[in-house]
Parts: sequence; structure tokens; C-alpha cells
Amino acid sequence: MILEVDGLQIHYGTAGGTVRAVDGASFAVPEGRIVGLVGESGCGKTTAVRAIMGVLAENGRRAGGRVVFKGKPIDETNTRPLLWRDIAYVPQSAMSSLDPVYTVGAQIVEVLTKRGRHGKTAARARAAELFDLVGLSENRLRDYPHQFSGGMRQRAAIAMALALEPSLLLADEPVTALDVIVQRQILDTLRALQQRLKLSMVLVTHDISVVAYLCDEVVVMYAGQVIESGPVREVLGRPRHPYTMGLRNAFPDLMSDALELVPIAGSPPDLADPPPGCRFTPRCPFALAACSTRPAAIGSDRAGAGNAHVSACLRDGEADHLRTFALDPVTWQRSSAYATS
Amino acid sequence: MVDAPETGVIAAPRRGRGQSILPVLRRMAAMPLKDPFAFAGLTIYVLFALVALLADQLAPVDPLEILFTKAGKVAANLGPSGEFPLGTTNLGRDIYAQLVHGTRSALAVGLSAAIIVATVGTVVGLVAGYFGGTTDAVLMRIADMALSLPFLPFVIVLTGFLGADTSNIVLAVALLLWPNSARVIRSQVLSLRERAYVEAARVTGASHARILFVHIAPNILPLSFVYAAIAIGWAIITEASVNFLGFGDPTSVSWGMMLQDAFTSQALSRGQYAWFVPPGICIILVVVAGFFISRGYEEVFMPRLRGR
Amino acid sequence: MAALVSVRDVVKHFPVSRSLGEVVRRARPVVRALDGVSFEVGAGDAVAIVGESGCGKTTLGRLMLKLVEPTTGSISFDGAALGGLKGPALREFRRQAQLVFQNPFDALNPRFTIYRAVAEPLVNAGIAEAEHADRIAAAFRRVHLPDLDRYLDKYPHQLSGGQLQRVVLARALVLAPRFLVADEPVSMLDVSVRAGILALMREVRDAMGLTAIYISHDLALVRYLCDRTLVMYLGTIVEDGPTEEIVRRPRHPYSRALVAAVPVPDPDQSRQPLPIKGNVPDAREPPSGCRFRDRCPHAFARCADEPPPLRAIADGHRVACHLEIA
Repeated sequence: MILEVDGLQIHYGTAGGTVRAVDGASFAVPEGRIVGLVGESGCGKTTAVRAIMGVLAENGRRAGGRVVFKGKPIDETNTRPLLWRDIAYVPQSAMSSLDPVYTVGAQIVEVLTKRGRHGKTAARARAAELFDLVGLSENRLRDYPHQFSGGMRQRAAIAMALALEPSLLLADEPVTALDVIVQRQILDTLRALQQRLKLSMVLVTHDISVVAYLCDEVVVMYAGQVIESGPVREVLGRPRHPYTMGLRNAFPDLMSDALELVPIAGSPPDLADPPPGCRFTPRCPFALAACSTRPAAIGSDRAGAGNAHVSACLRDGEADHLRTFALDPVTWQRSSAYATS
Repeated sequence: MVDAPETGVIAAPRRGRGQSILPVLRRMAAMPLKDPFAFAGLTIYVLFALVALLADQLAPVDPLEILFTKAGKVAANLGPSGEFPLGTTNLGRDIYAQLVHGTRSALAVGLSAAIIVATVGTVVGLVAGYFGGTTDAVLMRIADMALSLPFLPFVIVLTGFLGADTSNIVLAVALLLWPNSARVIRSQVLSLRERAYVEAARVTGASHARILFVHIAPNILPLSFVYAAIAIGWAIITEASVNFLGFGDPTSVSWGMMLQDAFTSQALSRGQYAWFVPPGICIILVVVAGFFISRGYEEVFMPRLRGR
Repeated sequence: MAALVSVRDVVKHFPVSRSLGEVVRRARPVVRALDGVSFEVGAGDAVAIVGESGCGKTTLGRLMLKLVEPTTGSISFDGAALGGLKGPALREFRRQAQLVFQNPFDALNPRFTIYRAVAEPLVNAGIAEAEHADRIAAAFRRVHLPDLDRYLDKYPHQLSGGQLQRVVLARALVLAPRFLVADEPVSMLDVSVRAGILALMREVRDAMGLTAIYISHDLALVRYLCDRTLVMYLGTIVEDGPTEEIVRRPRHPYSRALVAAVPVPDPDQSRQPLPIKGNVPDAREPPSGCRFRDRCPHAFARCADEPPPLRAIADGHRVACHLEIA
């Protein structure tokens, strides 16, 4: 495992009290794999990634848990030297990471000379090499960010992230703002780079179809906690947590025969005052009385080089049985008997 | 799902019209309580306003009356005393009375200029930004011309032509200051115009006037206010400058005129500080108060500026 | 059935700011947002307009609502040309044609309570205030927000995205329109909420007999909403046909690329490689002939010479391509 996150807790101090944005999340990234961190807005996926890099917002702090990178515990005091060289970041909007007043080439050269130990000439050669790697023509190095299309900017951001040959790439919604064809091109590029450079990657996204296309493993988050994780084929093909089942039903699928999408009624809990027990209980059609008292716990298990399929659901043993019910839209129409709102 | 009982509908109060500006005004009124600078500024204004209102009670002496001593001589160039708290001028007038009555003209000049600047600037900015095209081009070129005029010389020339009346000074200041607010408000309107809710109003058939005044104007009202507060300071300084330079109305009682009298009668060389220091301080206080208030509004309504 | 909306040879050019050289040469560069678009929408139909950003789909939606005017060509609604609508006729059109926005967080005036926001169309249409409460209650029931008093006095920032989109829909429905344009109505919403809004839009459409246009970049979503889809590329319609046909057997090479590119949530589904390369060209200087030819794997000489007309290959299915793709 190149990265292990264990019981991570991130709290934000707000006017409305302490928000537990991440509340005991655990997951691991195997060497040379792409792990999708998936969930809806506010589930804590972006916060978790920022915490790994040690760059939380001012009002955020790590309240507990460990992050271990290559066997060494890291926190905000010692991540800075690792950034770019070992851990690199690709943002959702490349426009925000590229400075509009410098050429893209100059910005990559700056990373290479200031963060790395390249000389000016070597850095220029390396920048051209990086552009070639991500599928951009090297004479575009002289262009300014606004002269790039959205897809090209994203490629440039990836090139910059790869400048100092990091071993772990953290990408936050790298293709969300792009059109489908460009999105597919970028995903293909990421896949090719990952294989060629033996990269490990965490891909934060709300889009399970992107995960299905690109990732080897997936970690599903809900309300600040990890509720299911494991190999993509297993988790998306045979989900074991009702939330993942619901997500799968709600997600449009160009190729499926079902012509109905099934919403999950209700909305995620207030993280300033989360319900006791499993946080999905109020929306879960399969909830039992025990679900609202016993906190969800997720184990971890190895399967070969990667992680095995695990779920935090109390009724994990009945998962196959529940899945057949979950396919029926009627199941999701009645809210749980233990629903609080 | 259970439908709401019909009574709930009937009981729904008339949530009505014309509310969009009120909450903004309410928020604007509450603002000085949050910002210490704005609070200080507002306190200064309130004090000066009280002085202006109660001027006749605070200083019953006519500020232009020539006073005599008990010995029957003109009470000229006296130092501060119980009878004349700030002394008298070279013509035997009560400086304290001039200072108190000068508050009136200062506030009148400041407030009227502020109202004109804010109104003209807001309307021009709204219209130019919303309608765009030729309307915008024409209005903005006029604004450019006004902005390119040198400030004090223009005021002096205009008052020279129209007469050294205080109202002409106000007019000149307004003519010069509206473009600043108009430009800023216009650019704000340009971005508001593209907001989806403005488009939504159009789709549902709202008239241009309704879109401008109900949907867009409440969002720029705080900006108008900022510019009004700034205009108060500018107008008072300008009026003082014009009077000090001797282009003002010699029969008016104003702080600028006091400074001019003190200067020409060489009060400084006589060490008659009580003549020219107080009006100077008053001018500074009123002008600074205006900037404090505008600063407070900027911080409350444009939070991105906070901490810069 | 007679067409409710018909779009004929519509061209829309937007002027762009000129460089100094262009000013000297007296050139007037334009973005060709739409370049000759024709189609009809039957009363009660639901049509999707799909394409990538910059293909002109949003402009087309705005033209159909008379929010912008076409450079040339005409659009008519219920037999009347939109270009000539003025005064009472325009007001009547505004009552009948409504828009649902992409971003519900921006579609409601932040200074208006929910009640005022939904009452706005009623005020603009000059409907007596006595009727407002009943009409608003009816619209709220339609969008499944029956618990009126929980919402009416709130401000937009106090509601969730899903609730806001329901309010936006209620506002669009409060005048009982006949025609609805929805521009990416769910793209800003979370997955679990999205499905509910889509189902609601379908339900409302059926219940009110609405004619609807859905503008979206997502072919996968459109499948759940519309039987007919128009695929657009760089200001032109490249394919117009039954949604299922386009998804299962896309005819135009661009539609094929689009279908191939859409990611699916099923990891077991094998994905075909993307059949095209490159980026969408600049809309200021589109390629001659067929707009898609420089990226098309099948392009041949004729594609550069003449733009392919949109021709019928089956009943209700048109394709703009020189290849014999039947």
C-alpha cells in the first residue's frame, strides 16, 4: 500500500458549530492502482484528499486518525516537502491552478527549477517532454492558459503534476467540467500515463461511470464516512451497501435496458449534528432498529495485491438478497420505518 | 405524500410586493453596528447634524454681526474668553458662532451633492449597463468627458460663470463626481444582467422597468450609498477650497470662508490658532467620517475586500 | 399533429471583439453559433437537443423563447412568427413559453422569498392578487412540495439544490404554459436527487400535456426524458431521430463518437475506442463543407466542398452526412 488512511477525522469550525466533514474514514491505495473516491457533494471526499496533502482550509483541522505514505506517517507538518515530488495534485479546474499572466511553459519550468533541481535548459527540455507525454504539441508551451481549450488546460495541469515524477497522483474531479468526448480523451490519457509511469492514483469524483471506466478500486463515501470499498467490478457490479445500490439505480446508463431512474429519497444528514448509528439509516429502505444505534463499521481485507470488497452495512450478510429488492423501484419509494424525517 | 390542508393556503399571509428594497435598507441601517469605523463615522455625522439643527440655540449670536466691547470699541482679534469661546475675527465677529453655523452649510453642501451624485450615477449606471449598445456608448463617453475635466479649476470656472452661490458649487461637484459611481454601477449591472434570475424575470414577461428596479437595483443600492458617502466628503472639501481661494460667496458662513478670512487677516502670524484650527478639524472630521462609512459599506457588501 | 414550434433556416451570429488588424481590414469576425438550423416540434412532443459546449444548443433554446433574435431565419410558435411579436401578443407568448434553468442556485433572486419568486410570473402576467395563493399552491403540489408553509417564507439559500429546482419548476408551471425549455435541468444536482427531478419533469409533462425541449450534453440522461433527439455539432444539426435509435445505432459519425464517449456506470460493459481525434474547431472559422469533416474518420473530397443536407433516412430520422449510412 502506497497510501493508508486510517480513521481520519477532519473538523471544520463554523458559525453553526463543528462540522465533522470526515468522520473516521479509512481506505488504502495499493501501489500502481487507480482508486476512485466517490460520493455526492459534501460527503467529505475532497476534504479527505486535501487532508492527505496537508492543505486544509483555515478553519479545518485534523481531529484524529493517521495518514501513512510509503510506511511513514504524514501530517501538515511534513507533507510540504513531499508535494510535487512524491504526491502531486490535479485540480478540477485547471484554470485555477494556472497563472493567467505567465505562459504555460514558464509555469512548468518554474515547478521544475524551484521545486525540483533542474537547470533552466534541462527544465525546458523536460517541459517539452511532458507536453508530449500528455498529448500536447510542444510549441504550445509558449501559449498562455487562456489560449488553451478546457481539455488542453487539463492536459497541461496533468503535465505539470507529473513534472517531478511523483509516485502518487491525487486528482479532484479532473474531467467533471469537460465535454464527454474530451473527457474520454483525458481519461484515456490518464490510464496510459498511469500504466507507463507505474503511477498510483486517487481519483475524486461524483461520477460512478468515470470510476467504472478508469479505476481499479473504488471507495464509496457517505456523510463523512467510508461505507463500501473494494475492486470496481465487485463494488459497482455487486454492491453490498444499500447506498451504493441506490446510487447505481439513480445513475443514468446509456446501455442499460431499464428506462427509469430511481432517486434516493431524503437528503444527507447535517454533519454538524449527525444521527447516531449508520448515517444512511433515515434514507435506507432496509434499515433495522439496530441501524440507528450501532455506528457503521467497515473492516479491511486484502485480496492479492489490492483490497477486498468490504461494506459497513449491518446487514452485509444479506447483501445478495437485498440487492434483488434494491433493483425494484418500489423498494425506494417507501422510506425506512426508522426514518427520522 | 399528504397535501397541505387548504386552510394553510388561505392563511398564508399576503407576502407581497415592494419588499426587495426594504431588507437591503434594513441591512444597510444595521451595518454601522458591525463595523467600528462606520460606527465612528456615523457618530460624527449625528453629532454634526445635531449641531446644525441646534445652531441657533448653541450660538445665539449672529455669526456676521460686528460686536463691540463694553468699552464701545470693535471687538476685533480677541483671544478666547468666557464671552467669545474661540475669540473674534479681525472684523469683530464671533468665531464660535461662525464655526457652529458653518456646520449647516457644510452639511447642506455635502448631503445635496451626495444625493445628486448617487441618484444620477445610479440611474445612468443602471440604464447604460442594462440596455447596452448605443445608449451605453453615449452615456459612457459623456462620463469620460466629465472625468477628464480638472476638478478644482472646473469648479472655479463654473462658479465664476454661474455666480459664487453655494448651490452652484454643489452643482459643479455633482457634475464631476457622478461618472465615478455610474461607471462602477454599470459594470456591476453588466454582470447582474447575465444572472439566471434576471433572465427568469424576462421569460416570465417582466418589463424592463421591473427588471431594472425590482431585480437589479436592490443589488447595487449599497454601491450607490458608498459613492454618496464619498461625495459628501468631496463636496465639503471642494466648497472649503473654493471659499478659501476666495472664489466663494463672501456673505456665506462656512468653514472654508473662515479659513479664508483667517488667512487674509494674517491670523497665523498673530498666533490666533483658535480661529483657523477648529474649522480645519471640523472639515477633516466630516470628510473622514464619510470615508469611514463608505469603507464600512464596502466591507459589508463586498466581503471579498475584507482583510485586504 | 401540427407543429407547435417550427424553426426555419435559423442562423445566429454573435459579433466578437475585433483585433486591431481586423479593425483596419474592416473585418467583422463573428461566432457562428447557429448556421442554418431547421426542425419542427409537434404539440405534446419532448425533444432533446444534445451536443458539446459551443455547439449552439443553448443559443437555440434562447431563440425559441425569444430571448435573443436570429440573425436570419425565422421561428414560429403556434403559427405566429416570434420575430413580429409585440405588446399583448408577446405577453401572451411569455405566458405560454417557460424556461427551467441549469443552476437552481442562480435562477432565483437571492433577495426574494420563495413566495415572491413563484408569484413573479403571476405579477408580470397581471393576474389578480387574490388568485395568487391558490395558483402557487397548485404549482407546488405539482412539483411535490405540498408542505407550502415550510417553504414560502424562506430565501433560496435556505433550501437544498433539489428543493430549489422544484421551486424553479413550480415558477415555470405557475402560469400553466404550453411550452417548456429546460437547459441542463439536473446537471448541477447530486446523483441521488437528479433521478427524482427527471421523473418529476416527465410526470409534469404528461399531466399538463406540455411540449418540451431538453437541452443537455448528456446523451445518457436524455434517454430517460425524450423520445426524439437532435444531435448538434458546431451550429448545425447532424442527426435528428428517435433517441433509442441514436443511442443504439447512431448513423452520423459524430453521433457515433458521442455514444462511444459517454461513460457508463457498469464496469463489465466493454467500451469501444473513441473513433475520432482532435478538438472542436474554432466557431469563428469553421471548416468548409461539412463542419465535422476534419475530425471524421470517413471524410472524403465531397465533404470539404459542400455541406451535407439533413436528409431523411427513415420515417422521423434525418442525418446530415454524405456517406450512405442507411
